Amino acid sequence: MSEPTSTPRLTALHKTHEEAGATLVDFAGWLMPLRYGSETAEHTAVREAAGLFDLSHMGEIRLTGPQADQALDNALAGHLSKLKVGRARYTMLTSEDGGVLDDLIVYRLGEEEYMLVANAVNVPVVASALAERAVGFDVEVVDESSVYSLIALQGPKAVEILAPLTDANLAEIRYFAGYSHSVAGVPVLLARTGYTGEDGFEIFIKPSDKAPEIWAALMEAGAEHGLVPAGLSARDTLRLEAGMPLYGQELTAELTPFDAGLGRVVKFEKGDFVGRAALEEASRTARARRLVGFVARGRRPLRKGQDVLRDGAVVGTITSGAPSPTLGRPIAMAYVDGDLDTTTGTFTVDVRGRGEEVDVVELPFYQRKS
Amino acid sequence: MSVPTELGYTAKHEWVVIKDGVATVGITAYAAESLGDIVFVEHPTVGEEANTEDPVGEVESTKSVSEIFSPVNGEIVEVNEALEDAPETINSDPYEGGWLFKARVSGESTDLLSAAEYTKLIEGEN
Repeated sequence: MSEPTSTPRLTALHKTHEEAGATLVDFAGWLMPLRYGSETAEHTAVREAAGLFDLSHMGEIRLTGPQADQALDNALAGHLSKLKVGRARYTMLTSEDGGVLDDLIVYRLGEEEYMLVANAVNVPVVASALAERAVGFDVEVVDESSVYSLIALQGPKAVEILAPLTDANLAEIRYFAGYSHSVAGVPVLLARTGYTGEDGFEIFIKPSDKAPEIWAALMEAGAEHGLVPAGLSARDTLRLEAGMPLYGQELTAELTPFDAGLGRVVKFEKGDFVGRAALEEASRTARARRLVGFVARGRRPLRKGQDVLRDGAVVGTITSGAPSPTLGRPIAMAYVDGDLDTTTGTFTVDVRGRGEEVDVVELPFYQRKS
Repeated sequence: MSVPTELGYTAKHEWVVIKDGVATVGITAYAAESLGDIVFVEHPTVGEEANTEDPVGEVESTKSVSEIFSPVNGEIVEVNEALEDAPETINSDPYEGGWLFKARVSGESTDLLSAAEYTKLIEGEN
């Protein structure tokens, strides 16, 4: 799947992370910060103040040309020609048989220009699928992943921290919008998006080597607001609490968007597109599985891959599980049998031979008060 | 990284101190730091016979599960129940409040590493 790499790639912020004492981990072929100190403290800082993330491993793919909009309507599940300039949309790339190849954020930068943000592990798949599906359209597809750095500033204090460093009027940037602005004097794409369940911004920086000065400026401006650098460990617990799916766990090529409860991203009204026939069938068929949330009664963490049982019979599998710092209890997302009535019965999770009692809860586990 | 000189160590990153034939056991500051925030401890049962070969418990962090081994053979006489509600004590105070269990040492004493030897071992891991 991913190319055989002996040494992971380093982001432009590598030295910054080393100086901050980060624990680094090989993630999708990149050496990324897992945590800087306590991952629980980083998680809590994002919920209560703000955290700064290096997400430069994510992929950026640009589509430019008079038919960029039609090429994307054909290539992706969403209706991207309808997207207004300056706005962003969550969407998916599916295969001809409807399986999810990646979930993406698409930014419309201009009438004839879009940028797609892909998961690091899927960049080669997304770039080649887009190039293949663009044939016959007047559009150019360029993988710009290696020339971009991406920094995310997330948390309730994000606006206060960023405001003095940017020319943007942050009050005018709505959620899921992104425009060209400057941060710390550097031209960037500034977007109000994220993967934590909090307000915040994602800052796309080209060329990538400008990232350290933006990082340093944000850390300095954020010091009085409680800003801390945060790693992938906190990012994972934050997105799980927010009920957001992760590719490779809740989303895979074996599942359609409907399986994941995300059928709303599939827009049939736009006309024909790759995977349409399979997805139409999936939309009409009773789902074989359903994504649910569990909260454990005890303290033992729930983990990916563990079986979910009801009355002794296996009825599902956990896709993501972790101790939730906000709830103070272990939480998990799991696929259970589609026709299972989850309003009744006692559920347990098989944690290495022990049955841990869990309760079904509505997703997300956490929602910010706006 | 703190490695108190008065304790003995194992290559599996447990520390032990033996007083009046009773061993008090925990995991080292280095182990706790490597695991990340400890969120759950599975204790052995008081009265159970521990040996140095088989795991006697588990320590779970946000991201990982680690088995705990006893550095000595003997009967478990006490476990640190306070860790059930405050497992993070292992991170904040690994050599005092973060102790895991006590065992009455029986049979041959095991070879332990000195603080200097253990320090060399963890330096080699980095």
